[in-house]
Amino acid sequence: MARGRRIRARLRRSNLYTFGCLRPNVSEEVPHPLQGPGYSRTVYCNQPQLHEKRSLFYCKNNISTTKYNALMFFPKALFEQFRRVANIYFLLAACLSASPISPFSALSMIAPLVFVVGLSMAKEALEDSRRFLQDVKVNRRKASLHRGNGVFGLRSWQKIMVGDIVKVEKDQFFPADLLLLSSSDDGDGICYVETMNLDGETNLKVKRSLEATLSLDNDEAFKDFTGTIRCEDPNPNLYTFVGNLEYDRQVYPLDPGHILLRDSKLRNTEYIYGVVIFTGHDSKVMQNSTKSPSKRSTIEKKMDHIIYTLFTVLILISFISSIGFVVKTKYQATEWWYIRPDNIEYQYDPGKIGLAGMSHLITALILYGYLIPISLYVSIEIVKVLQATFINQDLQMYDEETGTPAEARTSNLNEELGQVDTILSDKTGTLTCNQMDFLKCSIAGTSYGVRSSEVEVAAAKQMASDLDEEDSDLSNFPMQKKGNAPWENVRRDEEIELEPVFTSKGGEDQRPSIKGFGFVDSRLMDCNWSKDPNAAVILLFFRILAVCHTAIPEFNEESDSCTYEAESPDEGAFLVAAREFGFEFYRRTQSTVVVRERISASGQVVEREYKILNLLDFTSKRKRMSVIVRDEEGNIILLCKGADSIIFDRLSKNGKKYLDATSRHLNEYGEVGLRTLALAYRNLDEQEYSDWNNEFQKAKTTVGPDRDAMLEKVSDSMERELILVGATAVEDKLQKGVPQCIDKLAQAGLKIWVLTGDKMETAINIGFACSLLRQGMKQICISTANSDSVINDGKEVIKGDILTQITNASQSMKLEKDPHAAFALIIDGKTLTYALEDDVKHHFLALAVECASVICCRVSPKQKALVTRLVKEGTGKTTLAIGDGANDVGMIQEADIGVGISGVEGMQAVMASDFSIAQFRFLERLLVVHGHWCYKRIAQMICYFFYKNIAFGLTIFYFEAFAGFSGQSVYDDWYMILFNVVLTSLPVISLGVFEQDVPSEVCLQFPALYQQGPKNLFFDWYRILGWMGNGLYSSLVIFFLVIIIFYDQAFRLNGQTADMAAVGTVMFTSIIWAVNCQIALTMSHFTWIQHLFVWGSIASWYLFLLLYGMLSPVYSKTAYQILVEVLAPAPIYWAATILVTVTCNLPYLAHISFQRCFNPMDHHIIQEIKYYKKDIEDQHMWTRERSKARQETKIGFTARVEAKIRQLKGRLQKKQSITGVLSPS
Amino acid sequence: MATNTAGSNDPTLNRRQTKRPKYSKFTQQELPACKPILTPQAVISAFLIVTVVFIPIGVASLIASRDVVEIVDRYEAECVPSNWTDKVAYIQSGADKTCKRELHVEKRMKAPIYVYYQLDNFYQNHRRYVKSRNDEQLRDAGKGNSTSGCDPETNINGVPIVPCGLIAWSMFNDTYSFSRNKNNVTVNKKGISWKSDRDHKFGSDVFPKNFQNGAIKGGASLNETIPLSQQEDLIVWMRTAALPTFRKLYGKIEVDLEKGDVINVVLKNNYNTYSFSGKKKLVLSTTSWLGGKNDFLGIAYLSVGGLSFFLSMAFTIVYFVKP
Repeated sequence: MARGRRIRARLRRSNLYTFGCLRPNVSEEVPHPLQGPGYSRTVYCNQPQLHEKRSLFYCKNNISTTKYNALMFFPKALFEQFRRVANIYFLLAACLSASPISPFSALSMIAPLVFVVGLSMAKEALEDSRRFLQDVKVNRRKASLHRGNGVFGLRSWQKIMVGDIVKVEKDQFFPADLLLLSSSDDGDGICYVETMNLDGETNLKVKRSLEATLSLDNDEAFKDFTGTIRCEDPNPNLYTFVGNLEYDRQVYPLDPGHILLRDSKLRNTEYIYGVVIFTGHDSKVMQNSTKSPSKRSTIEKKMDHIIYTLFTVLILISFISSIGFVVKTKYQATEWWYIRPDNIEYQYDPGKIGLAGMSHLITALILYGYLIPISLYVSIEIVKVLQATFINQDLQMYDEETGTPAEARTSNLNEELGQVDTILSDKTGTLTCNQMDFLKCSIAGTSYGVRSSEVEVAAAKQMASDLDEEDSDLSNFPMQKKGNAPWENVRRDEEIELEPVFTSKGGEDQRPSIKGFGFVDSRLMDCNWSKDPNAAVILLFFRILAVCHTAIPEFNEESDSCTYEAESPDEGAFLVAAREFGFEFYRRTQSTVVVRERISASGQVVEREYKILNLLDFTSKRKRMSVIVRDEEGNIILLCKGADSIIFDRLSKNGKKYLDATSRHLNEYGEVGLRTLALAYRNLDEQEYSDWNNEFQKAKTTVGPDRDAMLEKVSDSMERELILVGATAVEDKLQKGVPQCIDKLAQAGLKIWVLTGDKMETAINIGFACSLLRQGMKQICISTANSDSVINDGKEVIKGDILTQITNASQSMKLEKDPHAAFALIIDGKTLTYALEDDVKHHFLALAVECASVICCRVSPKQKALVTRLVKEGTGKTTLAIGDGANDVGMIQEADIGVGISGVEGMQAVMASDFSIAQFRFLERLLVVHGHWCYKRIAQMICYFFYKNIAFGLTIFYFEAFAGFSGQSVYDDWYMILFNVVLTSLPVISLGVFEQDVPSEVCLQFPALYQQGPKNLFFDWYRILGWMGNGLYSSLVIFFLVIIIFYDQAFRLNGQTADMAAVGTVMFTSIIWAVNCQIALTMSHFTWIQHLFVWGSIASWYLFLLLYGMLSPVYSKTAYQILVEVLAPAPIYWAATILVTVTCNLPYLAHISFQRCFNPMDHHIIQEIKYYKKDIEDQHMWTRERSKARQETKIGFTARVEAKIRQLKGRLQKKQSITGVLSPS
Repeated sequence: MATNTAGSNDPTLNRRQTKRPKYSKFTQQELPACKPILTPQAVISAFLIVTVVFIPIGVASLIASRDVVEIVDRYEAECVPSNWTDKVAYIQSGADKTCKRELHVEKRMKAPIYVYYQLDNFYQNHRRYVKSRNDEQLRDAGKGNSTSGCDPETNINGVPIVPCGLIAWSMFNDTYSFSRNKNNVTVNKKGISWKSDRDHKFGSDVFPKNFQNGAIKGGASLNETIPLSQQEDLIVWMRTAALPTFRKLYGKIEVDLEKGDVINVVLKNNYNTYSFSGKKKLVLSTTSWLGGKNDFLGIAYLSVGGLSFFLSMAFTIVYFVKP
């Protein structure tokens, strides 16, 4: 390590970067006239004390992502709680309960409310404190700060002020947005920055300082340094910066290339000095983060509507009751001498009927409050916390490698997981590991490398199993026996094709894996290639790999080999590959590259030095890079690697020898998701080169805006007449299980959008790798025609252009006849800025929704959030965003559900997320199993809650009608308190926590079951109203049966008649039985816990009644001895209970049986199959059901396999028809 | 640097190991469970079970109900002499309220025969009425002064009323005496209330005091020498009824009444139901194990049983026709 550093210290790389890093000549540019709004910021460098003054005070560098602070927690959290209408209602009821208007005692109103609100607030506090601790950790990070007099000392991040000079060392994060003053690379002031947290891109970016400040490269230099920066105000735009630096009485313009952004990381550079421009929440990354909204699930929002409905019912029946009361009191109660109407309190006074009516209205509103389930919110909260624990505890979502379990960070959204319609995914770090593996290559028209990419392996497996099915399906028809034969052949062919896939799988395990190298092919390894007839070409291929790059070797003494620090992981993979092939790049000086070559099998190593004459850098526009080298023999060669399309255009006539084979291979590689590059070379003679070089140097030294264009033109003129050598295929290593997971999710009917900061080619490759794209899919690429014209053309023109592209695409989609045709939409960030504008976005969305997969590349974090919002609001469906870096935070917060990938560096995404999982593949289980369960549980739970409260609340209303609307309740106060809190809450909680319609493995096998969530089958108004109707029916049955049986006749052998307490208790017993049996019917999964809770609730009612009756009559009042003495000995009590219970539940039972018989839902069928153990007896039927249960999908490798099978079948049919014609003859 | 990172990795690795969730069937949601599902057989048998259980119960309770003999006599209209057009004025006047009625026994009635009075349109369940009592005072002789909740019948001239409140104040005060063939039939008024009420709710040392002394007289007066725990009429009355139509026990006749007997009833029609046009009925009834005459229960059982039989048949047919 130490040696590596020294090597690099000696290295002056300034010559290496020919024009990509050339400093633009600043004198030519006019400093931006920084005036007017938006450009008011002034920073006094190295004079932070100036910024303590009021007018120049900028915000501190500490950040806070918490929802509350200590002071505001209480009011704000209370406000949050009372945003729920139900809670406001109960608060009012509690306030009124002290007055004589209230039909209940004050305690029975206040206690549940305090309990409910307190519990929810405690939960909020706990969640926020976790965020707070994370902030504190970030704020306390230390940075080296100029303390004055050229002395630097450590200080925590939160104390950094605008104007401070900071020294940041290698691999540290920048604590704020900095202006780069100088770096350890004293020649140019260059430093490398990794911006993964900002935009997800992993390649290093080059930043350079102003020439004027280059000299400030040691601690002492800052003793007397002062300067003033005038620049734009804080804004979220990551790629722009406008400002001037006034230094030494001169004004220098600043551009984004001078700015180091907070949360990016210094790489490959020892240290830099910078001056702080934006701190804390002013910094670009923080400006990019949208405020974390408190999210609520769709079900919860809908629940509010139900509560409004219930409120309407409540108010309605309260009015009915009040009108009844007024009529009764005014016209009848005057005659009821036994209540002394002549001497009466105001609330019953027929004389002041208006006042009495009003106060009765309030009484009624409180009395019928049982229609609104107060414990609903708290029960749901408990259930969700428990569900979240299940998610946290799930061993199948625990990542052994990083040791991180899944975490539900907010439990509000569990059921939302079951309703996701669109997944918006980040790429780097989410789908891919950001690790490149050299996997295959094509040299001189021969393809090498037998290991298959993960996609191939996955698809092959699927294909094998599908073929089995197809086969057995066909064999069911004896008629087709004959036709089977060619099919068998095809199958055998198929198997042969598949075979190497598996054997190579085995081979992989034996080799110690080398990072970045997954190549297996004995033909090229261990110098076997030298016997190949094309050995010369192969040699050249390896040399291009080893020489044509910009990486820096770092010698590792332990393993006696080099590791490489490359700008992109691709390049690293190439170098590792070259090393493994025997071409170890091991030293780089300013103008030479030294490669140790092991050409013969004997293992003799030759050191060869290549003199680098020119280096034509890689840019996304050029899509190629070249070096011109002079080898030891003195030959000048141009070595070039680049995108195939670019290289193929530049081949000389005699360089196309391998073109056909290579491009065929490239297509194959591309199809299986590999990143491909083509390699080529060109021999130059001395004269040609020196002519060109003169021109090149001239262009290089040109001053003016057309310098870049000139350079490009000159480079272009050289990179011609190339001779193709071959192509490489690198696997952007997907995370484990990603293709399978995407396939399953696609089968579950989910749409997957990929939003990435990467360039289009990479994104498309990954699309292939994940099977989001496949050959034969129609790709719709929407992009601005030419990036140059953007400046010239008006915005409107571009917009119009995009609009036409979109409409054209939609048109062609409509015209498409083939039902299996699939479309993929690919759009880049620049185009997206226009496409997201108000007038275009709906067209864009309409197109995107129609497409099977959508890939957005080069998008900024803000755009990710905007796209998410567009999908969320445009389609009204539930969106899930998944990502791992700080650049995904906006999207994660914007989406209905944000999922963060944990276990990698940078916790921002996780901190902003609602759920965090260690690997993308866990998403499948999170959604398909937990989401499905949670959705069903919560939906059933809420429905049941409304049912039970309606069933109970309405009996109070009926009784009220029979009690002259006086506000009397037939139940004891204690019954009422216990009803929601004890007697019916535990069964419904156990329903919400433990219910499983089908076991988890079935959920995974039948992903189509998931569609029940997005289609919202269990919480639509039909179902909700059904349950409410059931509640209404039950209330009627309970009340009237009990009343008719008990109202006047003796109910015992001893002749006593039932009084109010007895009637109330019988009625309440019936309710307890009815609602608990109802929930037992609703459940389909009984563990001992459910049994305990359901039957225990009923038992506990009797137990309560017994104990309550045993209390002294001081406490138990009318309920004294009611069970033992009054009710239990009366057979009619038991008879009535049974009658009411059965009558209440019979229609529901009939309904569900009917539904199961005639209109079964997916899970019913599966349950039935499972029940009969058909899955074990009849494997065949099981798999057939399984394949039927897949959603029709156009993405994922299943779709790919299906497409292939269709193709094969088509061919087969042709064959059959031919054989059909032949066989009769 | 390399060693540094490696060193810092180790403790995190250890720490991470503890993050691994512990396996238990509970947390993995793999608890053994029974999963009853509604197969057609299960549905049919469930309905059949309901049928099989309900029809016998229904038949049994109908038989029990048929065994009960009940005589109901509504008398509030006839017991006002025809010369009084204003019934309310009559009932509030000092005129003689005696009224004679004849009851015909249609069927043999076995002792004990319960005597009830039934009131109609009397809101004993009115909130003001229900709350207008003080249980402490009834139970505890020492708490004679506590009359909270009893408004407006709390005290008269500053002296608390025992028992206070509207319920006690408005106690029913019609009386009945029965004779058969000129022989008195005694009505036993003991044991008509709940034992727990007598023992624990109404004190044996609490005596009525200052009762019905107010300007407006409500219902019955109480003998001030008999403790509340023995005033069973009061105890029965104080158990407020759930609905505006209710029966309360008046007493028991402990001799059998034969078919064809004519019972002469001499009643004192004291209680004012005329102001709210409530009916008054005298009821004689025997009981069965189910209590009084209650056809509804049996009919309900039979109809639910029948319905579920019908459903089970329907499902059976469906199951065979369309499996």
